[in-house]
Amino acid sequence: MKPYISALRVRYLNGLQYRAAALGGLTTQLFWGLMRIFLYNAFYKSGGQPPTMNFPELVSYIWLQQAFLAIIMLYDWDYELFDMITSGNISYELCRPCNLYGFWYVKLLSKRLASATLRFSPIILISLLLPTPYRLTLPHNIMSLLLFLVTMLLGSLLLVAISMLIYISVFKTMSPVGSMAFFGILGEFFSGMLIPIPLMPEWLQRICYIMPFRWTSDLPFRIYSGNISVSQGLMSIGVQILWIFVLVSMGLAMMKRITKRIVIQGG
Amino acid sequence: MITVKGLCKTFKVAKRSAGTKAAFKALFKREYDEIEALREVSFNIKAGEVVGYIGPNGAGKSTTIKIMTGILVPDSGSCEILGRIPWKDRIAHVKDIGVVFGQRSQLMWDIPVIDSFELLRDIYRVSDHQYRMNLDKLTDILDLTQILYTPVRQLSLGQRMRCEIAASLLHSPKILFLDEPTIGLDAVSKIAVRKFIKDINKENGVTVILTTHDMGDVEALTDRVLLIGKGQILFDGSFKKLKSRYNTYSILTVDHSGDGSISDMQNIEILSNINGRIVLQVDTSHRTVSSVIRQLSDSLEIRDISVESRPIEEIIAALYKEYRI
Repeated sequence: MKPYISALRVRYLNGLQYRAAALGGLTTQLFWGLMRIFLYNAFYKSGGQPPTMNFPELVSYIWLQQAFLAIIMLYDWDYELFDMITSGNISYELCRPCNLYGFWYVKLLSKRLASATLRFSPIILISLLLPTPYRLTLPHNIMSLLLFLVTMLLGSLLLVAISMLIYISVFKTMSPVGSMAFFGILGEFFSGMLIPIPLMPEWLQRICYIMPFRWTSDLPFRIYSGNISVSQGLMSIGVQILWIFVLVSMGLAMMKRITKRIVIQGG
Repeated sequence: MITVKGLCKTFKVAKRSAGTKAAFKALFKREYDEIEALREVSFNIKAGEVVGYIGPNGAGKSTTIKIMTGILVPDSGSCEILGRIPWKDRIAHVKDIGVVFGQRSQLMWDIPVIDSFELLRDIYRVSDHQYRMNLDKLTDILDLTQILYTPVRQLSLGQRMRCEIAASLLHSPKILFLDEPTIGLDAVSKIAVRKFIKDINKENGVTVILTTHDMGDVEALTDRVLLIGKGQILFDGSFKKLKSRYNTYSILTVDHSGDGSISDMQNIEILSNINGRIVLQVDTSHRTVSSVIRQLSDSLEIRDISVESRPIEEIIAALYKEYRI
């Protein structure tokens, strides 16, 4: 494990130095979060309350999305990996005594963790200080908070497992643009980033539940606000672990197959 | 130590004619060309050798290196290095080898060199003691003290290349593969890199396999040359032997004070004759340079004379031409 932990550490520390990017992201996310809350506020005031999600739950959902964007959004691509495949720099990666899947998984995870570290606390802090009804409320109880932390962590592991499949697909397509756009929007929609899943029609919710995406963010956020009960949340951990297991196995197998037939680009 | 036998590798290359129509057609049906990068390549390399692997662009040098480093899987043929098949036993194999790809970088761009080195230490599971020893030695010979704590993006190419080479030796590999290690380097850095490669070969017995287009590298470093062209090994032997085979003429430059009229001479070619300077090419397989000088001094008042053997780059070009590669 030592090589992977060391890679995680170095990448994480490397990621922490991009302060300007973090500041930029921070302002965008605060602004975006507020805008969306204003919008939903207007809906809730004029159209009555949807029974599936009350307004404080929605506000928490949106603020948590903004705060943890770096570990829940599929489209935060690591262009370095794409470059490695399409330019042939992957040569060096294959000269290391490491499993390439594991190595890249760690790389992606560390980058997301670093970027989340810089962003989440100021957003949480500011959103806690806002006036009601725009304020992020504290979690229901301590158990919800703990469960939120566990599912959030598992969610980010799951998200990286999903994104790995997209990186691996680039070995075949040689250009990430198609996969990026397709899976980016797919993941965004079905994880509830565009419309919170409780506000979707029921048939659409059912589709969301059978896909892996919502287990990365929708689940922990709703546990936090109490929209999903603790007992239900505990069961969901099993589903998350199952998805991680399935997608990591798939990724490992795909990577193994593809590195056997690899072609190094650019001489 | 290294046994390569009958290695073949074919690449599929997408092709498309120019123009809009062809581009639209390619949306539905792709056409591919098969390029034979390697055809029955065989050679043996003993421990402690320094081997120069030369050939024109696209000859198959890098493909061979990539197969030997376990990155590519050949279509057929065998390759055994230190008793292992590189692509079958990749992880165990790469622990024993070091690789430098001159056109790529293994150091992380935004962080100091030392951080990349420490990551490599952990990746290769090098013990602290060994890492210290290797690092001290490498820092000393490659003169890295000033630059270890600088982010890679702020290094010059020569500095970076020295760090790249150090990075590939931190885990004390038994074999070092260098794919164009001196590309883009200035004279001073080139000499430093060459000296270093020589040293680690002599002192640590590291086997070195080097591809390059710089014949100076080959001349300075290698005992043995493998020439590859169009995917086949065309020559395997010492560089001296390769050179002498093609070094069949010398260039004679004569400065004189006279009208420059010279009598007919056999086996020479006059390349230019203007303003008191004559440049001649002497076919040394048929007559000696001294006989030409004697004959010249009969008809000319010679002020200065210089003899050069055929430039090495030209020899190689002639060689490539002869083999039609």
